[in-house]
Amino acid sequence: MDVLKKVPVREQDPKVRATNFDEVCLGYNKEEAMEEASRCINCKNAQCVKGCPVSINIPGFIEQVKEGNIEAAYQVISESSALPAVCGRVCPQESQCEGKCIRGIKGEPVSIGKLERFVADWASENGIKPAVSAEKKNKKVAVIGSGPAGLTCAGDLAKMGYDVTIFEALHEAGGVLVYGIPEFRLPKTDVVAKEIENVKSLGVKIETNVVIGKSTTIDELMEEGFEAVFIGSGAGLPKFMGIPGEQANGVFSANEYLTRSNLMKAFKEDSSTPIMRGQKVAVVGGGNVAMDAARTALRLGAEVHIVYRRSEEELPARVEEVHHAKEEGIIFDLLTNPVEILSNEDGWVSGIKCVKMELGEPDASGRRRPVVIEGSEFVIDVDTVIMSLGTSPNPLISSTTKGLDINKYKCIVAQENGQTTKEGVFAGGDAVTGAATVILAMGAGKEAAKGIDEYLSNK
Amino acid sequence: MYKIVRAQELTTNIYLFEVEAKRAAKSCLPGQFVIVRTDEDSERIPLTISDYDREKGTITIVVQTIGAGTMAMANLKAGDAFHDFVGPLGQPSEFCSENLEELKQKKIIFVAGGLGTAPVYPQVKWLHENGVDADVIIGAKTKDLLIYEEDMKKVAANVYPTTDDGSYGRSGMVTTTLKDLVEKEGKQYDICVAIGPMIMMKFVCLTTKELNLKTIVSMNPIMVDGTGMCGACRLTVGGEVKFACVDGPEFDGHLVDFDQAMKRQQMYKTAEGRALLKQQEGDTHHGGCGHCGGDK
Repeated sequence: MDVLKKVPVREQDPKVRATNFDEVCLGYNKEEAMEEASRCINCKNAQCVKGCPVSINIPGFIEQVKEGNIEAAYQVISESSALPAVCGRVCPQESQCEGKCIRGIKGEPVSIGKLERFVADWASENGIKPAVSAEKKNKKVAVIGSGPAGLTCAGDLAKMGYDVTIFEALHEAGGVLVYGIPEFRLPKTDVVAKEIENVKSLGVKIETNVVIGKSTTIDELMEEGFEAVFIGSGAGLPKFMGIPGEQANGVFSANEYLTRSNLMKAFKEDSSTPIMRGQKVAVVGGGNVAMDAARTALRLGAEVHIVYRRSEEELPARVEEVHHAKEEGIIFDLLTNPVEILSNEDGWVSGIKCVKMELGEPDASGRRRPVVIEGSEFVIDVDTVIMSLGTSPNPLISSTTKGLDINKYKCIVAQENGQTTKEGVFAGGDAVTGAATVILAMGAGKEAAKGIDEYLSNK
Repeated sequence: MYKIVRAQELTTNIYLFEVEAKRAAKSCLPGQFVIVRTDEDSERIPLTISDYDREKGTITIVVQTIGAGTMAMANLKAGDAFHDFVGPLGQPSEFCSENLEELKQKKIIFVAGGLGTAPVYPQVKWLHENGVDADVIIGAKTKDLLIYEEDMKKVAANVYPTTDDGSYGRSGMVTTTLKDLVEKEGKQYDICVAIGPMIMMKFVCLTTKELNLKTIVSMNPIMVDGTGMCGACRLTVGGEVKFACVDGPEFDGHLVDFDQAMKRQQMYKTAEGRALLKQQEGDTHHGGCGHCGGDK
């Protein structure tokens, strides 16, 4: 083996997977995992751990994989992470643990993400559960939202002995893991549901169909006997461009399109929830969500264009996602910005009018600002447009909770330990930062669990 | 699971369910809605609340069978349960937060059409309980399809049943009754609340514009989550984009772009589905779909 290179991971052939919703990456088997693990040099001062928002003892679990002790490896990971099968799949490892790996200086870093995924999948297949806390504290904590932040916070608090109930607005737990990220990147039944079962096995209760701010409020929860509350309600509100024609039939937010396909299973032929199966689809935006929407539309049978106003270098999506999208045949219309959505007389989308852009001086984000090229208007014929321009936090909770401050972006104001401006109320994840990643939300959930423990211990 | 304590067929294709939903029953107000799923893999169906009982912890919904999802509901009986039931969602009716003394000075007319009569009931009941009298026009195609008449009489000052075919009450469209009340019978109103098929609400608004009468309508567009997450329910109101699920469902009817809303309603209706709809709805179909031409 070439010690400078990762053990390659098996993937579904691009031509085959473009027509199905099965997982793209097939993962390592035990032999491959042990071989990859042997590339880790077990640094004394492990940089990878510093790159991990939840500080998993990475060399520790990899040592166990090297020896073939997968169960022991799983217990090392679950000390720090409640969702290893999810993180192994969707974390941006290239900019976190693997980005700091010493092996990466000369050659490729150790494939930490794929190893984590293997360990978590092996544990799930072999019925291994995380260790449960023996000591009970008899204190109730409410967690709002069952996405990555909420699940992590709840799991950590349960391990400390707290009596935790998660309140979820939708009919199914998982947040963005079930409504946002598609099946082909993150299988719902085999991966997400099982990780949620693991969190429940720690003693966490989940009450679905409860919209905090509507069905009940934070103040009422505290009257019910919850001594602390964690808000992990995410950033769920879609943005639209505000251009003419955006209300035409066939224009969707990425949130709607993905929720229909992922949560409501509209990609299945016999689904009771419909989804528009367009012939030619434009996805506006260049982030991970845009890639997810584009690859979903492709699998539903469409020719798909990503329309993005900057160049490839500025695409906010992970390199791996862009690579997978290209392999599958997504067309990238870069330096292109929509100015109007055209529709036929019945109100259905018939095209998207765009202008060509060029890159000018860097803007506040440090990226070169796209500038319109005069007279460059042209039309892409499409029947569906999916707007994937980012999301912002839902004001349902902040507007119904007295004393909970938000900033100008509607994000909840919170300290590093999650403490908000309201006593006993903590927050973390996208609800605080605005749309970010699964793992950063998990990191915030973890910090807030510590913050809540400290608060309740001193109360 | 959310237990059904009462199930009743009100008329052809219209069913009532009283459902145990403690949290929602405790906090809901007139004008708000719930989202219901019959089974584990059912569609999420938004329904405006038709009554609530805080002591029993129940919410009443009324459903018209128009697609596979609502057809499945029609088979449910007392003792069965809905898989999911979430709410209350959306904003309560504007009057719930008005100064009661000022409200008592106002003359309110409700215009209810078909299924829309059910969500009008809790509004009139709330006003009655707070000492405010309101008049109600209940419209239906024919006598047999009229719902909620007896319940409404108990809480309203005057009820004016109106049937398209003249088989009961006044004859003709609800807009004719409204016009007659104001122009010929000396009634004066400060505000109108219209709930029914979109096409009815559109025409009520055209009438009340002529009468210079402020009108509130309750929009029921396509929705998925009902919490502001997807934007499927977006409408143009007074030139601004609004989400019916969080900003509404009630809006100033004179500002709503009904033509756009009716086009958006068509999004998932196929030719085949429309044919089925016509066949199943039969006489109850007023052309509210805006597409079949039944209203023309």
